Amino acid sequence: MPTYTFSVNGKPVSIDVPADMPLLWVLRDKLGVKGPKFGCGIGVCRACTSHLDGDEIQPCVVPAAQAAGKEVTTIEGLADGEDLHPVQEAWLEQDVAQCGYCQPGQIMAAVALLKRTPNPTDADIDRIENVCRCGTYFRIRQAIRKAARKM
Amino acid sequence: MATPTTRRGFLTFLVAAPTLTLATDMSAEAALPSLPAPADIVDLGDVLILAGTPTSNMLVLEVTPEGAVHFRLPRAEVGQGITTAVAMLVAEEMDVPVANVRVSLSDARPELLFNQLTGGSNTIRSLYGPVRRTAAAARARLVAAAGEEWNLRTAELTTKNGAVHAPDGREISFGELTATAARSTAAVTAEPKPEAHHRVVGTEQSRVDARAMVTGQLKYTMDLDVPGAMPTVVRRPPTINGSVRTVDDSVAKAMPGVLAIAVVPTGVAVMAETFGQAIAAKDALRVTWNKGTVDDLSDPDIKAKLRAAALPFVVPPLLTRHVDGEFDFAFVSHAPMETNSAIADVRADRAEIWAGLKSPIVAKQTIAAALGLPQDKVTVHVTQGGGSFGRRLFFDAALEAAQISKTMRRPVKLMWTRVDDMRHGRARAASHHKIRATFALGRVLTFEHRVASVETDFRHGLGEILTATAAHLPVAGNLGFAETVFLTTVKVPYDFGVVTQVLNEVPLRMHTGSWRSVYSANTRGAEEIMVDEVAAKLGKDPVAFRRESLKSDRQRAVLDKVASAGDWGRTMPKGFAQGVAFHDEYKSCTACLVEVDARDPGKPRVVKAVIAVDVGRPINPLGVRAQMLGGLTDAISTTLRAGLHIDKGLPLEGSYSQFHYARQKDSPTQVEIHVMPANGEPGGAGELGVPAAVGAIANAYARATGIKPRSFPITFPVDFDPFPR
Ligand code: FES
Ligand code: FES
Repeated sequence: MPTYTFSVNGKPVSIDVPADMPLLWVLRDKLGVKGPKFGCGIGVCRACTSHLDGDEIQPCVVPAAQAAGKEVTTIEGLADGEDLHPVQEAWLEQDVAQCGYCQPGQIMAAVALLKRTPNPTDADIDRIENVCRCGTYFRIRQAIRKAARKM
Repeated sequence: MATPTTRRGFLTFLVAAPTLTLATDMSAEAALPSLPAPADIVDLGDVLILAGTPTSNMLVLEVTPEGAVHFRLPRAEVGQGITTAVAMLVAEEMDVPVANVRVSLSDARPELLFNQLTGGSNTIRSLYGPVRRTAAAARARLVAAAGEEWNLRTAELTTKNGAVHAPDGREISFGELTATAARSTAAVTAEPKPEAHHRVVGTEQSRVDARAMVTGQLKYTMDLDVPGAMPTVVRRPPTINGSVRTVDDSVAKAMPGVLAIAVVPTGVAVMAETFGQAIAAKDALRVTWNKGTVDDLSDPDIKAKLRAAALPFVVPPLLTRHVDGEFDFAFVSHAPMETNSAIADVRADRAEIWAGLKSPIVAKQTIAAALGLPQDKVTVHVTQGGGSFGRRLFFDAALEAAQISKTMRRPVKLMWTRVDDMRHGRARAASHHKIRATFALGRVLTFEHRVASVETDFRHGLGEILTATAAHLPVAGNLGFAETVFLTTVKVPYDFGVVTQVLNEVPLRMHTGSWRSVYSANTRGAEEIMVDEVAAKLGKDPVAFRRESLKSDRQRAVLDKVASAGDWGRTMPKGFAQGVAFHDEYKSCTACLVEVDARDPGKPRVVKAVIAVDVGRPINPLGVRAQMLGGLTDAISTTLRAGLHIDKGLPLEGSYSQFHYARQKDSPTQVEIHVMPANGEPGGAGELGVPAAVGAIANAYARATGIKPRSFPITFPVDFDPFPR
């Protein structure tokens, strides 16, 4: 089995896995990084959304080989120690989460959106496709607006 | 142990422990409250409260030396925010900060009988009194301990911020007092605070677990590390309830990471080092299948059966002016974000289970029976769930994990794939509705509603509850469970003369289950559409007509609130319209006003929503608003685009790319939710938001397009290539 070296939330990791194993299972089942959630496995629910070299990815459809030499950031790596990222703070202020299961992915998608588009319009926010089955969309929208003002 | 302190019929026991630990119990002989008379029982929530009454105060609360208060909640948290609301109730009565209260979910406790079922929007209704009484008793014991310590009368002492204060300024924290309080055997009496003194209840409190959620630290079942429990998935049949005939696992078992393969009643289980490998090996199995239970059934057959089952109207159409309407609602998946999942560790002489369970006692009993173990050898832990909407009343994943663990002889971490969850999971039953309203002189004389529904499965403990309370039910004759649930939940809130609502169920062996608001979303949603159509026939405005037809000022107040806050009747551009509807259930009521953009009738969008809600006494208005927002999104989804197509014994939809639950682009950019001030006892909130929003959206769509909506979801093509079976 090939060995891949990359970093996860700032820590270097080296792991023997088949090249085509989805990164989500490398993170969750091999490395114990449980923040990214499984919701579909085919890139549509986006509960697993994380970042690869700062860009949004769905690790359930990214093969492990693709992470080699790169920097993976999951929800666990977003805060700076005890200091939350402004998007996480906005999420707390709007009390967005209900069951919370989709929220790591929602937050990582929002961070990526704000990086691309610091002042997103409603139409920009509409383009976030992450499913929230608890239906918290309006609070997500408010939290993104608020985070944009903070950043 | 056991120093009962009796007052107003409740007993609080000191549990033998080094720190103050109380169990409050009403099951002892002393002073059982009298059961409500039949006439007092109005709805399903009352039935659940009645069934839970003898055990409702067996609640456990502990004060730690650090001053934290631990409360064990015999309910499931699945996103509805009850751990936060209960922490607030405890904080209120004990005068401790909410942050110092930790609410954990109890394991299955069979001694609670009927009082560990999370459903019917009933948690706060059933626990509001008992939680406060338990916490008040704990506070009184801490105060008594401080009185002994200082040799002062308890009447002179006050509590604040987790400490007892003496008039001279001295204070002792609860943490310092807990050991003394645990030893004291003096009888202490306590009553909850008068509601007028509440300082925490009724204020906005963000979720106690919010930080864990936004940092990825909250642990759902699949995030737990249970030693030896390895990733497992199941290859499932091509039709509902099919079973394995033959298996060729020669390719699968040689694949990397595969640890075990076993045939179980529901399919073929594959365990591997990772879920990725388990899924790949599952797909490589070659399996032939026996027929399922509904192999020949497709949507047109189901529709025909439902139409044939809808009972006839009583009032003939010829005598008076009337409006008729017929409505169809598709099956709808619960589709919680966290798929059905469970961990099981079954040994020869015992078993341990972890899962998000709203009915853990029945789960424990059923699993014990299936494994051939005594009940007390099966431990069932309730984990926090990633959504439910009714789904986690059923424990099918826990039972399946136990069966796999027993067969494989090793601990199992079972996850359903999304395709499995949608196709072999549960769904809201499809239904057909016939409604006839007759009217004269500007008034409705009769209102008849005939509901035909595919049978909803209540085999998760509700049947036992209804049997146990049968003598007290407000329904005549020997009705089935479904009719009982229907008649105790669904009611027309208007003065419409002679009202009859009748349910007739069509038993089909499919996987159904209560879906947020059970019968009400469809039944009341359709009725609210008819209310608009009757108003139009009478030449009346939809708000004015509802206003004059509602039965109480409390109901009218929420309607008035949305009409004024939502600027009812304002001029809308062409293709846009407002719609309004009302719903009353769970001792709460709500009105919803939406604005819909239906310039393209095939792609309507709700662009604004204004909701008013009266829950009697909001514990946490922020949580109430969250529930109403969720109900609104559910209504947007199921009214406009989300449903399941049944084709030859299986839903075609297999993921969120096919089952169109709303996304951000489908949800309104403006939402206002007004929570009415406290005016009584707490009512339910969890399911309340769906029915009025269904009606409002459908009504706005009709006004914007001129098309009367009759079949839901309104836009429902098979716009995808189904996954292979
Ligand atoms: S699990 Fe990755 S997108 Fe759904
Ligand atoms: S908060 Fe439950 S799925 Fe989004």
